[in-house]
Amino acid sequence: MSVPEIILEVKNLKTSFATDSGEVRAVDGVSFKLPKGQTIGIVGESGSGKSITSLSILRLLASNGKIKEGEVLYKGQDLLKFSEDQMRKLRGNEISMIFQEPMTSLNPVYTVGQQIGEALMLHQNMSKKEAHIRSVELLKLVGIPSPDKRVKNYPFELSGGMRQRVMIAMSLACDPEILIADEPTTALDVTIQAQILELIKELQDRLGMSVVFITHDLGVVAETCDYVAVMYAGQVVEYADIRSLFHYPKLPYTIGLLKSLPRHDIEQDKLEPIKGNVPSPHDMPVGCRFSPRCPAATDLCRAKMPQLETDEKGNQVRCWIYSEEWDGESEVNIYGETRIAKSRGTETVLPD
Amino acid sequence: MSEETVNPPVTTEKLNPRLESYKQFWRRFFKNKAAVTGGVLILLIILMAFIGPWILTTFTDYRPNATDLGNKLQGPSAAHWFGTDSYGRDIFTRVIFGTRLTLYVGFFSVFIGGVVGVIFGIVSGYYGGRVDTIIMRLMDVLLAFPGILLALAIVAVLGGSLTNVIIAVGIFSVPAFARVVRGSTLSVRKLEYIDAVRALGASDFRIIFKHILPNILSPIIVQASLRIATAILTGAGLAFLGLGAQPPAPEWGAMLNEGRQYMYEAGHVALFPGLMIVLVVLAFNIFGDGIRDALDPKMRN
Amino acid sequence: MTKYIIRRLLQTIPVLIGVTILVFSLMHLVPGDPAQIVAGEGASEQTVENIRERLGLNESIPVQYGNFLGNAVQGDLGSSIRSGRPVMEEIASRFWVTFELAFYSTILAVFLGLIAGIVSAVRHYTLADTSIMIVALFGLSMPNFWFGLLLIQWFAIGNWMPESLEFLKMRPSGWGDSWRQIILPVVTLGTGGAAIIARMTRSSMLEVVGQDYIRTARAKGVSERLVTYRHALKNALIPVVTVVGLEFGGFLGGAVLTETIFAINGMGRLTIDAIRTRDFPVVQGTVLVISVIFVLVNLIVDISYRLLNKRIDLN
Repeated sequence: MSVPEIILEVKNLKTSFATDSGEVRAVDGVSFKLPKGQTIGIVGESGSGKSITSLSILRLLASNGKIKEGEVLYKGQDLLKFSEDQMRKLRGNEISMIFQEPMTSLNPVYTVGQQIGEALMLHQNMSKKEAHIRSVELLKLVGIPSPDKRVKNYPFELSGGMRQRVMIAMSLACDPEILIADEPTTALDVTIQAQILELIKELQDRLGMSVVFITHDLGVVAETCDYVAVMYAGQVVEYADIRSLFHYPKLPYTIGLLKSLPRHDIEQDKLEPIKGNVPSPHDMPVGCRFSPRCPAATDLCRAKMPQLETDEKGNQVRCWIYSEEWDGESEVNIYGETRIAKSRGTETVLPD
Repeated sequence: MSEETVNPPVTTEKLNPRLESYKQFWRRFFKNKAAVTGGVLILLIILMAFIGPWILTTFTDYRPNATDLGNKLQGPSAAHWFGTDSYGRDIFTRVIFGTRLTLYVGFFSVFIGGVVGVIFGIVSGYYGGRVDTIIMRLMDVLLAFPGILLALAIVAVLGGSLTNVIIAVGIFSVPAFARVVRGSTLSVRKLEYIDAVRALGASDFRIIFKHILPNILSPIIVQASLRIATAILTGAGLAFLGLGAQPPAPEWGAMLNEGRQYMYEAGHVALFPGLMIVLVVLAFNIFGDGIRDALDPKMRN
Repeated sequence: MTKYIIRRLLQTIPVLIGVTILVFSLMHLVPGDPAQIVAGEGASEQTVENIRERLGLNESIPVQYGNFLGNAVQGDLGSSIRSGRPVMEEIASRFWVTFELAFYSTILAVFLGLIAGIVSAVRHYTLADTSIMIVALFGLSMPNFWFGLLLIQWFAIGNWMPESLEFLKMRPSGWGDSWRQIILPVVTLGTGGAAIIARMTRSSMLEVVGQDYIRTARAKGVSERLVTYRHALKNALIPVVTVVGLEFGGFLGGAVLTETIFAINGMGRLTIDAIRTRDFPVVQGTVLVISVIFVLVNLIVDISYRLLNKRIDLN
C-alpha cells in the first residue's frame, strides 16, 4: 500500500484571543493530517474551536486573535512562517475557503462577476474580459442557470443557495489544491444542503482537490469525509478514518456524540444526550476537558490532561483509557458500550 | 430607576434577566473611561451650579450683577480670575451663576421634548397604521426646519426669554426622541413575549408602561444625554442672538454676545463663557457616547 | 425604481403642506394681536387697522391660509413691513450669499470629515485615531459662533490674511472680489459638520470591517489596502452620503449665527433682523424658503443616491 502524499498537516496548533476578560485559548493543541485528494471533517460543538482552526490555517483571524504555537504544513512548508505577501498569494489561489453565511459573505456593492473575477485578475493576471468569461464558466460549473445573466447580478438578487454556489465558484476560480469549507450548508434549507454537499463532492472528484470540511453535523461527515478530527474545547480529541470512527469510536465523547445522533442503520431504544455543558474557556478543567461530563472519568482523568496517542492504523485518541497509566476498570462501560482499557492488554472487538 | 419599576411582573425566573443586564450595563459603564469621565464631569457641573452661587454669596462679596465701572474689561487677575466685563462685573462669578441657567435650558427642554417625543414614538410604534403615519409626517414637518431654524422661528413668535428658549428647544427635540423611540418600540413589539402578555389579557396601557417602556429606556437615556448637549448649544445660540435670557442675566450665550463687541481689546470676555459651554456640552457628549457604547455590545471590538 | 421615486415624491407633498401651515401659523401663534405687535406699541388705532387690512388678518383663518399658500406657490410672500419691498425680492438679493456659504461649508465638512474618519478607522486604536476622535468631539461640542469669534480674534491679532476680515466692513451682498473672504465663515460653519461626518465615517468603517464579506475578500487573497479602499469604503460610505443633504440644510439654518458674527448680509441676517424688528412677513418668508430648499435637497439626495446605487437593497 503506497503512502498517500500528505498535502496539509496541522501540528499542535494553539490560537488565543485577547478579550476584555483576559486571554482566551480558542484552539489549544490541534493536530491532523489531510492526504491529497481526500476530505477531512473537523467536527465539534459550537465553541469547540473548529472555525478558528480553519481561519488559523489561512491566517485570517480577527485582529485580536493570535496563533501562539504549532505548525501548519502545506506541501511540507510551514504557513505560519510565511510573510503576509506570500500568504496573500496563497489565499484564494492554492487554498481557498467558503463560509457558513452565504447571505453576508458576498460584498453587496459588487456584482457576482466582479467578485469572482477579482481572484482571477489577482492571481492569474487575467484581463477584465478574460475574467468575465471565466466567471461565466465557473457559474455554469457550479450549476447556476443562465450564468451569462447571473454574472451581472448583485448578491441581493440571489437566493441563499445561489449565493453559496457563487461562493463555491469564487473559491474554485483559481483551481485550488485545498478547499476549506466552514459549515457551508448550515444556513441553508435541508434540500439545498444536500445539493451543495453533492456539488462539493462532485467538483472534488472532477478537480482532484483536497477538502477540509468543518461541521457540527456527524451526518454530513458520514456522507462526505474520508477522515475525521473530533474537536472538544479547543483540542482534537479523536482523529480517525471514517470507518473506524463510526464503527468503533474510542473516545467516550465521540461515543456519546454518536449515541445522541438519530440513526436509521441500527436499532435505537432512545437517544442518549451527553449530560452537562461545554466548559467555558475561562474555566477549563485541569485534567481531561471532557472529564466533568464523562461517565468513565477517574481521578487521573480529572487531575491530568491526556495526550494524543497514536495506534497502529495511525488513528489518534486523547484519552487515559487507552494509555498505560489507566487507573480504572479494565472493561469500561460508556453510554452502554464497552471499551477495553489498554493497560489491561487485550483488545476485543465488540459487536456493533 | 428602582428595581420595582423594571421588574417584569409575569416572569417567574429566579434570576431577573433585566436586572442582570443592568448589572452588566454598569459593569461595562465603569469600564468605559470616557463615560465615567463624562458622568463625573456632569456631577461636578451640577454641583457647581447649585453650590457655587451659595459659596460665593455666603463667603465672598462677589455678586453676578455687581458693576464696577472703574474696573471694566480687566484681564484675568487674582481678584478677577476670568477678568471683568464692560460693566466691570466679575466674569468668574457670572459664569458660576450662569451654570444653572445653562443646565435649566439643557434639562428642562430635553425633559419637555423627551416626554412628548416618547409619547409620540410609543404611540406611533405600538399602534402603527394611520396614527403612525400622521405622527411621523408631523415629525417630518418639524424636521423640515434645519438646525436652529425651528427653535428660532418659535422664539420669534413667543418672544425672547429663558422660558421661551426652553419651550422652543424642547419642541425642537421632539422629533429626535419620537423617531428613536418609535424604532425601539417596533423592535420590542415584535418580541413574542409581548404577544404572550397580550394573550393573558393585559391592557395596552399596561403593556406600554410595564413591558415596552422599561425595554426601551436605554436608547431614551442615550438620546437624552446627547440631546442635552445639542439643546445647550442651541439655547446658547439663541441667547447669543439676543433671543434668550435677557440682560443682565449671566447666561453664557448672552455673555458671549456682550463680549463680542470687545473681541479685539478684551478677548477674555468672550473666551471664558465659550469655554464653559464647550466643557458642559463635551461632558454630555462624552457621557452619551459612553453609555451608548456600554449598552451596545456591537460597538465594542 | 420609478415606484420609489413616486413614493418619495408623494411623501414630500404632505411635508411641504405641513411646513406652509406651520410657517403660516407663526403669525397667529404670537401672543396678542399680530397687527398690534407689528405696528408697535403706541401705534394709532388707524395704523393697526391698516396693517390688519394689509396683512389680510380680517379674513377667516382658512381663507388666510388659502391666500398665503396660493401666493406662496406663485412666489409671492407678501411685503416687508419695514422696507415695504416684496419679501421675495429681499430674499432673492441675499439668497446666493447664504447658498454659497452653505455649499462650500458642506464641501469642507465632507472633505475634512471623510479624510479624518477614514484615517481614524484605518488606524483605529492608534494615537492618530485617538487624536482625531478627541478633536472631533471638541468640534461637536463647540458652539460654532464662538469658534468663529475666536477665529476672527486670532486672525485680527496675528494680522494673518487681512483680506479674510475684509467683509466685516459690511458689504451689501456677495463676497466681493477675494475668495479669501469666504474662508473664515466656511471654516466656522463647516467644522462642526466635519466632526459629525468624521465620527460617522469611522464607526461605519469599523462596522463594515467586521462584516463577513470583508473576510471573504481577505480569503481571496486581496491585499489589506484593497480590502480597505475597494471592499470596505464603498459600503461604509452608504450611511455617510445620506447625511450630506442634512448637513447642507443644517448649514443653511446655521448661517443665521455665522452671518451674524461675520456681518454677512445673507438670508440668516435677514431673518434675525426681521425677528428683532418683528417683521413677520419676512420671517415667514425666509423660514419657508430655507425649509423648502432643505426638503427639496434631501429629496434630490435621496433619489439620486438611490439611482446611483440601484444595486443596494436598502431594506
